[in-house]
Amino acid sequence: MDTQTLLVYFAKASYLLAAALFILGIKRMSSPVTARAGIKWAGIGMVIATLATFAITGAHNVGWIVAGIAIGVIPTWLWGRKVAMTDMPQMVALFNGMGGGSAAAIGAGELLKFSQPGAPVPPIATLALAVVGALIGSISMTGSIIAWAKLDGRMDKVFRFGGQQAVNFIVFAASVLAGLALVAWKLDANLVIVFFALALAFGVLMTLPIGGADMPVVISLYNAFTGLAVAFEGYAMGIEALIVAGMVVGAAGTFLTQLMAKAMNRPISNVLFSNFGGGGSGE
Amino acid sequence: MIDGFLALYIFMLAAFTGKEIIGRVPVILHTPLMSGSNFVHGIVLVGAMIALAHAESPLAIAIGFIGVVLGAGNAAGGYVVTERMLEMFKSSKDKK
Repeated sequence: MDTQTLLVYFAKASYLLAAALFILGIKRMSSPVTARAGIKWAGIGMVIATLATFAITGAHNVGWIVAGIAIGVIPTWLWGRKVAMTDMPQMVALFNGMGGGSAAAIGAGELLKFSQPGAPVPPIATLALAVVGALIGSISMTGSIIAWAKLDGRMDKVFRFGGQQAVNFIVFAASVLAGLALVAWKLDANLVIVFFALALAFGVLMTLPIGGADMPVVISLYNAFTGLAVAFEGYAMGIEALIVAGMVVGAAGTFLTQLMAKAMNRPISNVLFSNFGGGGSGE
Repeated sequence: MIDGFLALYIFMLAAFTGKEIIGRVPVILHTPLMSGSNFVHGIVLVGAMIALAHAESPLAIAIGFIGVVLGAGNAAGGYVVTERMLEMFKSSKDKK
């Protein structure tokens, strides 16, 4: 066995360990006694997975990778340290939006790679999940940013207009159609751009009419979305840790969204599709 | 590459796991748990790192770089925020 194969085995074993730590961490976070240990377990898993990834990446673009991590970690870490306790929900929204954006970026990279002339045709499942993951990730990113802006008091108004649901539906249907066209018809770079523009726009449109008081439920839903997007992009890239961690968060997040909506006595459909909902309207 | 049906089984089992492990979460932990699971999907950083490592063209490097920055922000920010929330949770419990 050569060194490269060994390094890949090492990374994959580390991912397995990280996935186990994530699951145990979330499990512990769901009980008051063990919650504080839970986040530490998950944190250790994340550090292990990130460090082990350098075994796979080798030296190629490693400067960019290290610079990207530094730019991503340092400001968010400092900001997260000093932000007021009452501002925590919007910070979760913002960081969740970043995760969605990262998944969307992975999807964009994959789709543009496939759409290059002369590129090998990817298996249909890979392509389809890359598209679905990019769609969900994009919606989660712009939706979360709007949710952050609303909770942070940067966007107090609730934007509503006649026929809004129809417009939202058309934009959503158009983004799905563009995604279908990418999978079934033609992998074209321009179509990729149209697809992303529509998906990003839908995230904004979907979140605009929702009032501030409903935002925690919506953020939880976008959290689940990002988890699913990560899982699908993980399949497209063939990284099992992303599939497991993303899907666990996707399912836990969906369930948690239901619990939160129930605690607020509002069905999710009401939160998402009612333009006249009580809650935060008129705030 | 992962075999199709094997992948479906992984998806299915992970989904059941996700639902089961938070089965009886008390209302007071809803927001910290949301934040904690938000941190866990920061694992997307790993995918972005691998995508950037394989990038060749300037455009692919730019997209991969954005992915790494955003993924790292998700992981770091998610951790800090969750830890602070849970710290507050503990101290308020101790006072009781």
